Amino acid sequence: MFRRTVAVALAAVAASTLVSCGDDTPAASGTTSLSGTVNVFAAASLTGTFTRLGKDFEAAHPGVKVVFNFAGSSALAQQINQGAPADVFASAAPKNMDQVTGKGTATTFAKNKLEIAVPKGNPGKVTGLKDFADPNRKIALCAEQVPCGAAAKKVFEAAHLTPQPDSLEQDVKAALTKVTLGEVDAALVYKTDVLAAKDKIEGIDFPEATQAINDYPIATLTDAKNPATAKAFVDYVLSPEAKTVLTKAGFETP
Amino acid sequence: MTLYADLHVTRDAFRLDLELTVEPGEVVALLGPNGAGKSTAIRAIAGLLPITEGRIRLGDDLWDAPPRVFRSADRRPIGVVFQDYLLFDHLSALENVAFGLRARGTHKRTARAEAARWLETVGLSEYARTRPRSLSGGQAQRVALVRALATSPDLLLLDEPLAALDASTTLHVRAELGQHLKRYNGRTLLVTHDPLDAMVLADRLVIVEDGQIVQEGAPTEIARRPRTEYVAQLVGLNLYRGTADSNIVALDGGGTVTIASPSQGAVCVAFPPSAVSLYPERPTGTPRNTWPMQVAGVEQHAHTVRVRLTPHNAPAPATLLADITTAAVADLHLAPGQLLHATLKATEIQTYPA
Amino acid sequence: MRGRRERVQGRLPLVLLLPALLGLAFLLVPLAGLLAQAPWATLPSRLFSADVGQALRLSLLCASAATVICLLLGVPLAWLLARAELPGRGLIRALVTVPLVLPPVVGGVALLLVLGRRGLIGERLDLWFGFSLPFTTAAVIVAEAFVAMPFLVISVEGALRAADPRYEEAAATLGAGRWLTFRRVTLPSIAPGIVAGAVLCWARALGEFGATITFAGNLPGRTTTMPLAVYLALETDPDVAVVLSVVLLAVSVVVLACLRERWISGLR
Repeated sequence: MFRRTVAVALAAVAASTLVSCGDDTPAASGTTSLSGTVNVFAAASLTGTFTRLGKDFEAAHPGVKVVFNFAGSSALAQQINQGAPADVFASAAPKNMDQVTGKGTATTFAKNKLEIAVPKGNPGKVTGLKDFADPNRKIALCAEQVPCGAAAKKVFEAAHLTPQPDSLEQDVKAALTKVTLGEVDAALVYKTDVLAAKDKIEGIDFPEATQAINDYPIATLTDAKNPATAKAFVDYVLSPEAKTVLTKAGFETP
Repeated sequence: MTLYADLHVTRDAFRLDLELTVEPGEVVALLGPNGAGKSTAIRAIAGLLPITEGRIRLGDDLWDAPPRVFRSADRRPIGVVFQDYLLFDHLSALENVAFGLRARGTHKRTARAEAARWLETVGLSEYARTRPRSLSGGQAQRVALVRALATSPDLLLLDEPLAALDASTTLHVRAELGQHLKRYNGRTLLVTHDPLDAMVLADRLVIVEDGQIVQEGAPTEIARRPRTEYVAQLVGLNLYRGTADSNIVALDGGGTVTIASPSQGAVCVAFPPSAVSLYPERPTGTPRNTWPMQVAGVEQHAHTVRVRLTPHNAPAPATLLADITTAAVADLHLAPGQLLHATLKATEIQTYPA
Repeated sequence: MRGRRERVQGRLPLVLLLPALLGLAFLLVPLAGLLAQAPWATLPSRLFSADVGQALRLSLLCASAATVICLLLGVPLAWLLARAELPGRGLIRALVTVPLVLPPVVGGVALLLVLGRRGLIGERLDLWFGFSLPFTTAAVIVAEAFVAMPFLVISVEGALRAADPRYEEAAATLGAGRWLTFRRVTLPSIAPGIVAGAVLCWARALGEFGATITFAGNLPGRTTTMPLAVYLALETDPDVAVVLSVVLLAVSVVVLACLRERWISGLR
């Protein structure tokens, strides 16, 4: 029932796209002839880097406008499946990408790994992952349903630890807020998040983090209104210039 | 212990200055038109409104003496019957009557027994469990009365207690209220705009206009000798002020009246509209008090017709009221603007110092 | 003849009826959509899973406790706004309604800043009593009360303004002091307003998400109420989210209907 509705909705969007934009097809090739708007749905954790990349891309291609929709990957996947007008999808988890494109059509452009975030000054004297199993410390983790929570679960399994969280947050930003406000002694968040908030929190690396490297896939969507520009943007994200920006923000690149 | 109230209340442009006393067992009626300040007076005495100046005391017990003393309503030994009764709708009739006793610390069971006795005195025992909204107007009025009396107050305040009733029940309820007031030996202050209520229920009337007392006295005295236009209207008399010289009074508004008993100086002249007769032609060889008048208005009363007349081309009493029979109206073919001659019997005129 | 004419006059004017029905549809169609999407076949098994029961129990408990707190604090506040001669009353009234317009998440952050471990008051609590409010069931109740209280205050204040203060005067002349008058005269006369406000308040508390997850966090059995469970279920399995929503919907409709029924019949 659910799936069928989605299919109908997608068909409707596709049809309306054909009718209204049929004569608006951009030129097929050549970087200079790119034009129009490209709608990029990107994971919330990419907000900083992609905003920057979008500006650079627009500068390189006058006449092109990049419009972003940043939100949780699963929310974005649902929006796209319900017919939201997206040209490019950059997800924080392959699972959400698969929900949209089916398996194996996306390219991984960045990797993120977990880091322990503690409030400035580390009032809880947290030294490593084992402190997450201490019931006396206030601990925030992401809920297992969201990518950072799934990654945390892998990490704890690898370390043979049973964490004692006080809260399972709905996304990584919420976990980060708890650390920033000093409500918890530690949380497991992405390295990029720690870097972005480094004036308020401190990051602690731990060896088990390698057990849960988070892949960020990107793909042009089949229903893209502006496929040429969409593809150009994806190519740009995979380019060496973009890699520098991503690395600076704390991402690892393939 | 006498209730003594010297009230001065200033509110925006309105000013009330009133000095009142009520003796134990006495019923005093505060009578006046709407907006005269009667409600303000009763609210001040009840403690719902602090006075600006003056004092209110019962014997030596000070209730209000600005700026130092103000005793709030709940600490004055009073009972109030409000115009629309203000019975508590979420309580039964019995609980309404028991409310004051409970508030003053009587035990619940005692209070209910006492309230039941009070309901019995007004014949409402079978309505004890009825909610106020299911009572008739007369019944609600009686519940309100015993609710006020149940705490045995030193002062009973009645604010237009009969105004919310329809005409058919008023007569009966008024008579009943009179009996209850006779039995009550505290002080009663009744506020009303209805002269009949005041005349029937009160021992003494205090007439208020524009926040001032204009006349005070026993009902019979006031009914016979009104001092202001308003009071004269209330009691249904023609009233003029003038200067008497033996049997002739020169009216302030023009015209003269011949009176039966000689007098001197400033006087009030009053006579009932029924003392005036109307003729199409000037009557011959008869009364001195004859004036050519013009009909200004005609109004049907119960069994008579009241004709309002104004002077026509000759000095005469301004706005004269005459009561004539319906038959006379037909004989005269009365119509506004019509010219007539009015005569007045000197023997029916009351003359008293102004 | 007359009967027919009366019936015609008794009918709603079409001008009102049309938007009224549209409004009803606007409110009900999304709910119908939810019901249509619900996986009815697997619903019972999902319904009786421990998690759902736990979240539901917690939701009902916290919403009810929050309503009680709102009643205890909100009714006096409404009285203050309606009756007291306060300077700047308009401003205070506007401030009271702030939680209505504030995004609940911001409300949650505000609560953390005051009652959190490093908050203005929370720091003292932690220091003196070793007590920390966030991440506890009590925190859920506090968050819900914060967000839901304006509904109660506005409703009760309206009732107080509509109530005739002369009944309070009548009580005073019968010897009742302010407190007795409030309890025995004012409160009963505004009971409908209080019930309406409490119902709104309870419903709002039951659906509370943003302030709760921010201030109280999310831990099954302790702070995971139904809306939090719904949100997280939406991340992975929309079907489960629909089931949870339907459960929440059904329970709230039943409770509200019963409450209204009982209250109305109690009045008669």
